[in-house]
Amino acid sequence: MSALLDTRGLHKSFGAVTAADNVSIVIHPNERVSLIGSNGAGKTTFANMVTGYLKPDAGTIEFLGQNITKLSPREVTKMGVARSFQIPQVFLQLTVLDNMLVALACSKGNLSATSASHRPETVDAADKLLERFVLLEYRDRTVVELPGGLRKLLDIAMALTGTPKLLLLDEPTSGVSIDEKFPMMDTVTAALEDERVSVLFVEHDMEIVQRYSKRAIAFYSGRVIADSSPDQVLADEQVQLYVTGRRK
Amino acid sequence: MLGLTILVDGITYASWLFVVALGLTLVFGVLKILNIAHGSFYAVGAYAAASLVSWFGSMGFAPAWSLVALLMAGVSTAALLAPLTERGLLRVFYGRDEVLLVLVTYALFLILEDLTKLIWGANPFYVTEPYGLFGNLSFGSLSYVGYDLMLIALAAFCGLVVWWGLNRTRSGKIVLAVIHNPEIAASMGVNISRVYTVAFMLGVFLAALGGAFTAPMISVQPGLSVGVIIVSFAVVIIGGLGSIEGAAIGALIVGLARALAVHTWPAAELFSIYVAMAIVLVFRPEGLFQRLQARKI
Amino acid sequence: MIRTISLGIASIALLGLAAVWIPKWLLFPATMAASHGIVTLGIVLMMRSGVVSFGQGMVFATGAYCAALLAKHAGVDEALLLVPAGGLASALVALPFAPLLARYRAIFFAMLTLSLSMVLYGVLVKTETLGGSDGFNIARPKIFGLELSAEMANLGMFWLSLATVGLLSIMIRIYFDSSRGLVALAIRENELRVEYLGSSVHQNIGIDFVVSAFLAGIGGALTGVTLGHIEPNFSYWTTSGELVFAAILAGHHSVGAVYIASFVLELVRSFSALYFPNTWQLALGLFLLIVIRFLPLGIGSLWTGKNKRGQTQ
Repeated sequence: MSALLDTRGLHKSFGAVTAADNVSIVIHPNERVSLIGSNGAGKTTFANMVTGYLKPDAGTIEFLGQNITKLSPREVTKMGVARSFQIPQVFLQLTVLDNMLVALACSKGNLSATSASHRPETVDAADKLLERFVLLEYRDRTVVELPGGLRKLLDIAMALTGTPKLLLLDEPTSGVSIDEKFPMMDTVTAALEDERVSVLFVEHDMEIVQRYSKRAIAFYSGRVIADSSPDQVLADEQVQLYVTGRRK
Repeated sequence: MLGLTILVDGITYASWLFVVALGLTLVFGVLKILNIAHGSFYAVGAYAAASLVSWFGSMGFAPAWSLVALLMAGVSTAALLAPLTERGLLRVFYGRDEVLLVLVTYALFLILEDLTKLIWGANPFYVTEPYGLFGNLSFGSLSYVGYDLMLIALAAFCGLVVWWGLNRTRSGKIVLAVIHNPEIAASMGVNISRVYTVAFMLGVFLAALGGAFTAPMISVQPGLSVGVIIVSFAVVIIGGLGSIEGAAIGALIVGLARALAVHTWPAAELFSIYVAMAIVLVFRPEGLFQRLQARKI
Repeated sequence: MIRTISLGIASIALLGLAAVWIPKWLLFPATMAASHGIVTLGIVLMMRSGVVSFGQGMVFATGAYCAALLAKHAGVDEALLLVPAGGLASALVALPFAPLLARYRAIFFAMLTLSLSMVLYGVLVKTETLGGSDGFNIARPKIFGLELSAEMANLGMFWLSLATVGLLSIMIRIYFDSSRGLVALAIRENELRVEYLGSSVHQNIGIDFVVSAFLAGIGGALTGVTLGHIEPNFSYWTTSGELVFAAILAGHHSVGAVYIASFVLELVRSFSALYFPNTWQLALGLFLLIVIRFLPLGIGSLWTGKNKRGQTQ
């Protein structure tokens, strides 16, 4: 199976801090992978490098066979990699519907200076996507009025408008209350069901990791210390030492 | 000899400009407000100087006292206008978008323009007594007005005092902390509100002082503030917003560029300053002495 | 779109008709409101993306001087040629600066545009062939090939401005309502996200800058032709300041509000120059403060209902 994402020997340091140390990870199409590790271990740095926000000091990143190491976030998005953010990056003063319309318009490429932003077909498409994420009832509300959990769902929904092949979710359930975590991930998984997309998500909640991913990659101090099925990774000595704590 | 003339001309111009720009850059550094009305405070200082000097004269004081009048003009302008402006007006808009605050100061500039016209009228004032106080100094065939040289000394003095106050005193270090990170300073118990008030008052004082001490060299009339503020902007942008050294270097660059243009290529006098400003913004937007982030993406 | 166009045409027609009956002295401020308002509309266009230009005077003056020079030295005496020429000239002048300016935000965008307008001012003042600090006069041009008599001049100029500005405003309204217009609002909210969604913020702002310049050039040419005079002051920072003032007053949601705001300012200016020459700036300043404090979204927010909901229009 040819690789979707192939990172080789990624290295990144900020002064004395090594955020990525010889990181080589291969992601295949239609995988569900979680990235775990304590704060500062290098998970978000990895996501930032893959999406072009940071440039690695050394190493290469290939996506569908193309070298994307030096590309900007915008170019990487155009190639089929999308992401959601730890702190939802949405348009606070616009409505939920408008947020989706913006996302759809940007994904389409050429922005039209004449055709109305709220044309029936476009609004329809936006509504359908909102429905998949159970956000339709909030469609006319201004995002600033919405609680964090809903903003995160919107963030993820917006990332999907470009029909990406690789989706990176940065801590999708952080800031979401315990009762809502599973329903939220259920919503996201259901929405992604029909998409042919690989999902990489950064998580701190190991129950989420076990339930929603088939593969887990553990980071510590910029290095990958384990890469296997969630059960095996969570049983790993080093992972228990540096990430999760000893299993009782 | 032309070189020396340009040098002295340039440094004299740079002196009062530095005093004014120092106030502007301080206010920006501490309060993060780019104050368009700063030029208006300069103008009020100049007008106050005109009034006080003539009042001192009419009271029969010796001419030397006119210098005290100039100083008093600066102090009184600051004492009166600074608290009113900072507490009465700016405070209402703290925390809002920085460009919005600039617009608030623009409104203040408009208001002060008319207030000065209402108080002092539209005719020009000439504050001549102080100018002759220091006589003339001769260097060979050239003669320099002592007052201009005094102004250079005054500017240097102001710069040194402010620098020393900020870097060598405890209160100064507190102000530096507020410049760098007001939130953390506040959570460490610093009275941000008081720092803002004091910084603003100092800024207004410097503007008014600049205006008062320049008054004897110009005709004090409506429209002063308009020209001063735009040149001051050029200085602080070139030097870097919030930097004292930047204000000094920026004032020198502007002063010398202008003097050079006036004596060699008069047509360039006006735009040379703004070309310098634009060039700095293009190649080094933070100014020559970094303190602030400029670009976005 | 149809609705916008029909509403727009109807408004233009109505105003054009009304002009025949309103008091003659209102025609001049109304014309100025149109020719300045279009420049303000350009500022509003950029404000929607979160950047405020403090130097539209540069492109305003360029349009005016271009029209004036064509009239004086190339013998062009047709307004319908002069005005578009002004717009085009300004757009061309703005074009090389657009990629550079589009990299700046907030204070630095404001200062860079300001400095550029002051450079132009400095050049204009010192260039004698362009009239120096006094500028120069332009003879009244023909409109559609027709000579305007002295009595018809005011009305004619108003109709010219109304039609030009009106049609352009309809196009700008369509632009605001388009996908590009919506993305502009998003840029103001969160540039990073727009980039991550695949759209170039730099390109969007650059294009907006050139479009605004075109509008300013049209406004400059119209102003020059109506006044019969152009001068370096068109590029001075206070001119730019007044235009920004009008933009703040209007807010960025309603095109109509831009012209209402400009008209109010023109009236205040005319009245005050006559009766209160020493207090009109005071009044303007206080007015601006009140608007900033209590109507932060501009007077346009009064009827587009933006205060409560966040919906776009």
